[in-house]
Amino acid sequence: MTAVDALTALTDPARAAGTGAGPDQASAPVDTGIHGRDEDVVARHVWRGRLVDVLRRPGLLLAVVWTGLVLLAAFAPAVLASGDPLTGVPADKLQGPSAAHWFGTDQLGRDLFTRVVHGTHLTLQAALVAVGVGLVVGALLGLLAGFVGGVLDDVVMRTVDVLLSIPSLLLSLALITALGFGTVNVAIAVGLASVASVARIMRSEVLRVRTSVYVEAAHAGGSRWWSVLFRHVLPNSTGPVVVLAALELGAAILAVSALSFLGYGEPPPAPEWGALVSGGRDHLRTSWWLTTLPGLTIAASVLAAGRISRALDGDRGAR
Amino acid sequence: MTRYLAVRLAQALGVLWAAYTVTFVVLYALPGDPVSLMYGGDSSDVTPEQLAALRAQYGLDRPLPVQYVSQLGLALQGDLGTSVVNGRPVTALIAEAVPPTAQIAALGLLLALVLGGGLAVGATYVRSRALSQTLLSLPPLGVAIPSFWFGLTLVQWFSFTFPLFPAVGNKGFSSLVLPAITLALPTGALVAQMLSRSLLGTLHEPWADTARAKGASRARVHLGHALRNAALPTLTVTGLVVGGLLSGAVVTETVFSRAGLGRLTATSVGAQDIPVVQGIVLFAALVYVLVNLLVDVLYPLLDPRIVRVRRPRPVAARAAAPALVGAA
Repeated sequence: MTAVDALTALTDPARAAGTGAGPDQASAPVDTGIHGRDEDVVARHVWRGRLVDVLRRPGLLLAVVWTGLVLLAAFAPAVLASGDPLTGVPADKLQGPSAAHWFGTDQLGRDLFTRVVHGTHLTLQAALVAVGVGLVVGALLGLLAGFVGGVLDDVVMRTVDVLLSIPSLLLSLALITALGFGTVNVAIAVGLASVASVARIMRSEVLRVRTSVYVEAAHAGGSRWWSVLFRHVLPNSTGPVVVLAALELGAAILAVSALSFLGYGEPPPAPEWGALVSGGRDHLRTSWWLTTLPGLTIAASVLAAGRISRALDGDRGAR
Repeated sequence: MTRYLAVRLAQALGVLWAAYTVTFVVLYALPGDPVSLMYGGDSSDVTPEQLAALRAQYGLDRPLPVQYVSQLGLALQGDLGTSVVNGRPVTALIAEAVPPTAQIAALGLLLALVLGGGLAVGATYVRSRALSQTLLSLPPLGVAIPSFWFGLTLVQWFSFTFPLFPAVGNKGFSSLVLPAITLALPTGALVAQMLSRSLLGTLHEPWADTARAKGASRARVHLGHALRNAALPTLTVTGLVVGGLLSGAVVTETVFSRAGLGRLTATSVGAQDIPVVQGIVLFAALVYVLVNLLVDVLYPLLDPRIVRVRRPRPVAARAAAPALVGAA
């Protein structure tokens, strides 16, 4: 699963399960017949139901809209802010928020809104890479540990216990010490630090699914172990991991911002969110907007990810 | 009990050894040359002979397994090596940095328990559904707010706008207040989430109904019966909470320019001072292990049911504890 797949998983759990089952559909064309059409009808109903559901809950709607804006800012920043985030008009320096400069301007006269919008790409990319790394490595470890069991399970889970005994930010910092600075290294460090919790949840789900009747039936029916693993166990144990992914995205945004605030991200002119807050530190006394508006942007994004994660969790519980 | 303690102690030592191995793999075995890392971008100014001499001095020219065994041997004797930046022993650097961090961490933990616990009790006690929902929505907010921004906002309000507390430094009690509040925010939010969840659970237990049926007041059922039982699961995440305080200190001490373990971490990572970073990570693992050991020993004393359950069915009691940690 790539970072982009992880992202689609956040908005659409059904599709995430679908990508997991992808290879099997190709090998078993018998299944797509009349059933396929039935599933389409059901899917349409489910989607309409979900849409109504989202509209009924204003908090969730706000979270979805905010996430949409953040994604737009990350992949097409020019739509929201057409200016240049790196050059400013020195005459306009340190102006408060106004109609011309929504978030005010910094000490070099750069428009802060433009910088926040263009920084979204760096911060969100790092967070997505982090979640992707954590999910792929963690889910694989958990899947193998839970499915194979025995000595492998013991070794993997004891390692996970040890990793959980080290605070994740310190683990990320140790990884950054070894890997060096920069957005990509920060992302890898944050991702690897989250492997343990993903592996743990994946394993417990796999253990639950592995003993279920349909897996037993598949085994009895003569399915090979890899077919059981990827066709039955994987799709049915991804639910809590998807919920965790949305939650991890929020945590990753926070961790990436904290590390870039500490100065381990891209070097200064790059407008990473954490670096923007850190840059406003010297002008705290006079220009509150330089720290507060990027800070609130981070908080809103983390909250939105958490709200969507809770909604996914609720949906899963209801089904 | 002695046997139980001995087993737990052996497990704790095992976790520490494993943590040492993990940090060794991360810091020494990952692709990347520690010696050129120590020189950062200036490695071009250093001749290959000098680099080789440095490698020999730090023992980095030997094969990795040999390095691992010799370093582990030294670590067992309490020698974690010396800082690459100033040549001082890592253990001395950490010992100096711990007290100021312990002060803000202790005050932060106290604030987190009082405020987070109070919030959880209040949110589950009020009768108004709207008020309860509002209070329960505060902890997720506390988790989502970046602590570096929260700290700067506190400085802006309570050091600049209203000059009540100093913005930076280590002098006196007043310099502890703002950093402790910054540390308490995410920790308190975690405590509030845990406690309110388990309070809502215990209030629906049959014995809570029994207490009500016997005529106990709402407050008595809530505080005397439900809270006592609900507080125990929260105790199992203390290890995570203390770990969170340690990593929170990295950001907080940077924001408030305070000396301490967090600041030492931030500067050591910035200077890629590998022995110090390894020492700090090990210290964090040690704290986690000690706190969990303490909780495991205290738990049967606080909750007599645990002992009764453990003797006949040791597996079931042990399986319950990690599940609670996982739920956090």
